[in-house]
Amino acid sequence: MGTSLGGLSALRTVLGSLPGHFPAPIAIVQHRHKESDHTLPCFLQQFVSLPIREVEDKDEIQPGWIYLAPADYHLLVEAGHFSLSTDDPVSYARPSIDVLFESAAEVYGSQVVGVVMTGANQDGSRGLSKLKANGGVAIVQDPRTADSPVMPEAAIASVSVNWILPLDQIAPCLIRLCNP
Amino acid sequence: MTTAPTLEDIEVQLLLEAVHRYYGYDFRNYAASSLKRRVRNFMQNEGLHTVSALQERILHDRACLDRLLLGLTVNTTSMFRDPSFYTAFREQAVPLLRTYPFIRIWHAGCSTGQEVYSMAILLQEEGIYHRCRIYATDTNEQVLQTARSGIFPLDRMQEYTQLYLKAGGKRSFSEYYTADHQNAIFRSSLKEHLVFAQHNLVTDRSFNEFNVILCRNVLIYFNHTLQQQVHQLFYNSLCKFGILGLGKQESIRFTPHETDYEEIAKGQKLYRRRN
Repeated sequence: MGTSLGGLSALRTVLGSLPGHFPAPIAIVQHRHKESDHTLPCFLQQFVSLPIREVEDKDEIQPGWIYLAPADYHLLVEAGHFSLSTDDPVSYARPSIDVLFESAAEVYGSQVVGVVMTGANQDGSRGLSKLKANGGVAIVQDPRTADSPVMPEAAIASVSVNWILPLDQIAPCLIRLCNP
Repeated sequence: MTTAPTLEDIEVQLLLEAVHRYYGYDFRNYAASSLKRRVRNFMQNEGLHTVSALQERILHDRACLDRLLLGLTVNTTSMFRDPSFYTAFREQAVPLLRTYPFIRIWHAGCSTGQEVYSMAILLQEEGIYHRCRIYATDTNEQVLQTARSGIFPLDRMQEYTQLYLKAGGKRSFSEYYTADHQNAIFRSSLKEHLVFAQHNLVTDRSFNEFNVILCRNVLIYFNHTLQQQVHQLFYNSLCKFGILGLGKQESIRFTPHETDYEEIAKGQKLYRRRN
C-alpha cells in the first residue's frame, strides 16, 4: 500500500475498517520526513485492530500484521521476510512505493495486491505496473475522493488497474480479495 | 509460496559467482532484492541490456569491475546520522569508556567517514579522545580516500549543524572546520587518533580486540547467513563488556549472540557484551 500527501487520514480509514482476523500481511510506504520518529505506528494503532509494526531489518512477514516502512529507508520484500536499504531515493522518495511494489511483485507475483492512494507525486506508478505485469492486482483510490489526486491519477494513467475505488470501498475490496 | 527464479535471477547468481571466482569479491550473500536493483541500475548506466552482457564485460575489463564495486555498495551517510544514537552514546557509553586507560574503537563500514568524524568530535567534547584510537574500515579504497581527507561538501554543513545540535553538541559546529570554496575542511586534530584501512567484512578476519564496535546500516545489505557470520566476527572482536552500536532499524535478534548482549539505551541499538 502506498500513500503520500494526505495519507494519514486515508490509512486511518482503510486500516481502521479491517477486521482483527484479516488474514494477509500488509506492507505500507507512507512518505514522511526523514527524521520522523516512531510516532506514526502509535498514532495509527489507536484506530486499527491489527498489530502495526515499523519494520526492522529481516523482520519475518506474518499474516495479519501491518508493516510500516521506517523513515529514510526503502522497504523491500524478500522471500518470507523484509529487508531495508538506504540506497538513493527513487522518484524523489525514500522510502519509495515503487521499490516496495517492484520487490513484492518479483517475489510473490500474482499473490500481490497493490493499492495506491492519495499523494502529490508520481511514486507508485512504475511499481504498480510491474506488479500488474507479474500477475498481481492493482487498486487505486478514486482521485475524486483523494486529498491529493496526483498520485492516483498518475497510476491510473500508466497502469490498467483492476479497480478504481472510493476510499471507503478499499477495505471491503481487500477483505473480499484476501478471504478465499 | 514464492515464484520460481527468473532468468534474470539466474544471471545475477552467475555474475556474482564469476566476480567471486575471478576477482575474489564475494557478494553472493548480499540481500537479494536490493542487490538486484543495484545491478539493474548499474547495467543501465553502462548501457547494457542483460546481466549476461554485464558479466562478459566485467570479466574482461577490470575498470568496469571497479565501477561495479562502487555501484554495489551503498554510501549514503551523514554526520551525526540519527542524532539520538549519539545522545545515547554520550550518556550511556561514554561513562563506561571513561574507566578504560586506552580505548580501541572499530568503525566497520565507515564509507566516506562522516560518522567517524562525528564520533571523534563527540569523544573530544567528552575529554577522552586523546585516549582513543578509532580504526575506521571499509571495503572500498575510493571512499576511504575521501574519509582520510576529512573534506566534505560545504553545502551539507547546515544540515550537519542541525544534526550536531540535536545530538547534544556542546560547541559551535563551525569550530570544527574551515570553509574553502565548495568544501569544509575538518580540523586536523580530529584526525590524530583515526586510522583508516581497507577491510572486507565478508572475507576478512578480526584484526584486534576492541572496546567499541560501530557498524551502522551495513548489515542490512547482507542476507541472514552473512549477518550471522559478521555478528560472530564482532562478538569475537569485542572485549568483555565491550559496546556494540548498530543502525536505527537493525537488531541483534535472530543472531547467534542475541543473549550475549544487554541493551544499554532503549531503542537506540546500543548493546553491551555481557561477559
